[in-house]
Amino acid sequence: MGVIGQSVKRVEDQRFITGKGRYTDDITLPNSTFAALVRSPHAHAAINSVDTTAAAAAAGVVAVFTGADLEAAGVGGLPCGWQVDFKSGDTMKEPAHPVLAATKVRHVGDPVAIVIAESREQAADAAELVTVDYEVLDAVVAATQATAEGAPQLFDDVPNNTPFDWELGDQAATDAALASAAHVTTLEYDNQRLIPNAIEPRCAIGDYDGARDHYTLYTSSQNPHVIRLLMTAFVLGLPEHKVRVVSPDVGGGFGSKIFHYAEEVLVTWCSRQLGRPVKWTASRSEAFLTDAHGRDHHTKVDLGLDADGNFVGLRVKTVANLGAYLSTFAPCVPTYLYGTLLQGLYTTPAVHVDVTGVFTNTTPVDALRGAGRPEATYVLERTVEQAALETGRDPAQLRSQNFIPPFDGVEQEGYQTQVALQYDSGNYGAVLEKALAAIGYDELRAEQAQARAAGNGRHIGIGFSTYIEACGIAPSAVVGALGARAGLFESAGVRVQPTGKVTVFTGSHSHGQGHETTFAQVVADGLGVGIEDVDIIHGDTESVPFGMGTYGSRSLAVGGTAIVKSMDKIKEKGAKIAAHLLEAAEEDLEFAEGSWTVRGTDQSIAFGEVALAAYVPHNFPEGLEPGLEFTSFYDPANFTFPFGAHIAVVEVDAETGVVAVRRYVAVDDVGNIVNPMIVEGQVHGGITHGIGQALFEEAVYDDSGQLISGSYMDYVLPRADDLPSFETDHTVTPCPHNPLGVKGAGETGTIGSPPAIVNAVIDALWPLGVRDLAMPLTPQKVWQAIQQAS
Amino acid sequence: MSVAIKVTVNGQTHEHEVEPRQMLVSYLREELGLTGTHVGCDTSNCGACTAIVDGQAVKVCTMLAAQADGAEITTIEGLAANGALHPLQEAFRETHGLQCGFCTPGMIMAAWQLLEHNATPSDAEVRHALEGNFCRCTGYDNIIKAVQHAAESA
Repeated sequence: MGVIGQSVKRVEDQRFITGKGRYTDDITLPNSTFAALVRSPHAHAAINSVDTTAAAAAAGVVAVFTGADLEAAGVGGLPCGWQVDFKSGDTMKEPAHPVLAATKVRHVGDPVAIVIAESREQAADAAELVTVDYEVLDAVVAATQATAEGAPQLFDDVPNNTPFDWELGDQAATDAALASAAHVTTLEYDNQRLIPNAIEPRCAIGDYDGARDHYTLYTSSQNPHVIRLLMTAFVLGLPEHKVRVVSPDVGGGFGSKIFHYAEEVLVTWCSRQLGRPVKWTASRSEAFLTDAHGRDHHTKVDLGLDADGNFVGLRVKTVANLGAYLSTFAPCVPTYLYGTLLQGLYTTPAVHVDVTGVFTNTTPVDALRGAGRPEATYVLERTVEQAALETGRDPAQLRSQNFIPPFDGVEQEGYQTQVALQYDSGNYGAVLEKALAAIGYDELRAEQAQARAAGNGRHIGIGFSTYIEACGIAPSAVVGALGARAGLFESAGVRVQPTGKVTVFTGSHSHGQGHETTFAQVVADGLGVGIEDVDIIHGDTESVPFGMGTYGSRSLAVGGTAIVKSMDKIKEKGAKIAAHLLEAAEEDLEFAEGSWTVRGTDQSIAFGEVALAAYVPHNFPEGLEPGLEFTSFYDPANFTFPFGAHIAVVEVDAETGVVAVRRYVAVDDVGNIVNPMIVEGQVHGGITHGIGQALFEEAVYDDSGQLISGSYMDYVLPRADDLPSFETDHTVTPCPHNPLGVKGAGETGTIGSPPAIVNAVIDALWPLGVRDLAMPLTPQKVWQAIQQAS
Repeated sequence: MSVAIKVTVNGQTHEHEVEPRQMLVSYLREELGLTGTHVGCDTSNCGACTAIVDGQAVKVCTMLAAQADGAEITTIEGLAANGALHPLQEAFRETHGLQCGFCTPGMIMAAWQLLEHNATPSDAEVRHALEGNFCRCTGYDNIIKAVQHAAESA
């Protein structure tokens, strides 16, 4: 039996359960210094002067640097990785994002100076002694205020705080469809700002080796090669080959560790100035203020239905709050990762989306688990459910009747949407039917009707979400045409050692996803070796050839395929060696279960023997190079499109406004599954993140731009006793364009769950007159809505 | 000014002079090199730093090293006995109760205390006992299963 499809226990767990994980903060280099950042307490202020005299004289202080020092040294600003130009064709406005602010601060937490001392405590103490003379300016915080007449302007050369606007789809056709629709459902709401909250705070260590003129940066990042490229080429102007970036064990990312952060530049540059290692670790308060945030859209949506309930048009208008600067992926998240998903699972013939990206005096926004796709799914799935409630239709039936019919992408072509994408394969009715059966839909509706009739105060709600997402980013030529400043391929080196053991060097970084197990399963299956004979190396630019990193559920579809490509080359070369040793023709050989066999005979040679011959080539095919190692780069042909149906059952306590999630069923289709245990774990985590958005989490700024949800006392993460046990299942519709047939599983739960939960609550409270609620559905908000409605 | 402390950590006795303001977690991580105890928040909210101090699960990011004078401490590194993993460690692997691993040591230590007091907890009791420990990866479901699995195999 093959090892693909088996719930193999994770290889990486041994070190984590014994406390032997090696996260960045676990590393303290000899002779290290420690850094603390001086950060702006104001959301918007001009810097008149920075006085570092007292700090520089404080106990243990080694050096203090300011924005002016960095400017004088020619240090550049932090780059943005994606260019989205205006609808008019004008170029995106891309103001400088200084590593340390020199003339103006634009959000609370914007760094102004770095203090380096012999100990962490001394650095923190001395940072308090840096005096910054600020001239406080009015701040703008809400996306909807940023373009208002007279709004404070963040940058002189970005009028209306608008670096880009964007549209997709046929506006005229959509307007016409909505004008003639029998019913139009309209919603206007905020998809609130979230703070990612990986439990490991960010950490960076710079280590300059003067003897070799060589830099090492240890950083808690999801994409060390990308950090190296951005930092060397765009910020510090260092020779790329003289810089090594290591991301060891990383304690969760969720998108927040994609961004190339100022602190990575600072520790690297400062280490060069001091000739000593410089280490910085974020406090949780700093994490709240400076980790890239997520979401923050204000959206108005209109969905038109004909008299039979068929969707005829969808119009979406969104203002996306980008925060104070363009982060690495900022322009792409609310455009190409959002607008392109607004077809959903439906045949809606006319779709138009219009997006304005705006700067505000808040922390920069970047990718957060799902990145654009949860926002798109919320638009669609809240609105579809609302349309069902408004028109008295069953929400499952309304979805079913509008589903795109099944297509496998092989016999039937992929589905061309109205918003640029071509879906790879899908069978949307199947996931919904399976979810309905799992939850016992008819019985639940009967229970709900009974509770309502009894008027016993039990407010039961059933909410749906049938979603699609685009993963496996991405075909480089396509994203390049759309403004990406990088390719989005992946690389993998597969080295067969002389004894037949295999070392894989992958550009896909693992920070919880379990690549060391899943990738080993792929290799064990492909080469017929044991999982224990495979070692997966990632997170180090010195050993891994190249890598675009881990985000967008791309690792197995893109990184895994690069491994398959290298294994194909190994098997091709191995066959030549085997044919030579077996004195047979290459075309007469077949490879199975780790051996080459001459077809129809019992003559065979094991993989390990071929590997040995490759490194001890005494008896070897003429002209063939020794060795058995290949590196491949895989650039995908298309995105992959996982989909699923989620159903939430909630019970709302009208007396307190508390929402209890009673059941949660998720039926996902992520294509072929290599390790069901790991996929299920990803789904659980994703659902929880999404329930967090639906019920608990919200970054709240006051009008002056102070983050008032900047601690765990104020920003509510889901806890163990807030949640039910999840019921998960799957269908399998393989991806037709990668050899593993996989689609990606890291974000499905986060994308599917917020509308399922909110829809369930609205369903529960509809008879009381509650029509909409803004996330998060806190008890106070729910209680107030019930009071106002009744 | 410094304070002399004597602590037993994972069965080994240590004597050090510590700064009065040094937290126990930084003493464990930086002085003793026991980096399996993690810092997630500094404010006793996330539980990543949970270790066993005199038989109690304690968030050692808000306990001073000086307060630990005379204490017997077990960290994640000391949980396995004679090379055999503790049933909780086995169970977390068995049920996929961890992903990035950062919260795992604290989660295991908090669960250890629960099982000391209640050998057969209900799911609701496990959830309640672990509500002081954040996990951002797993959604907790498999962590609950891990604790139950450990309870059954103990």
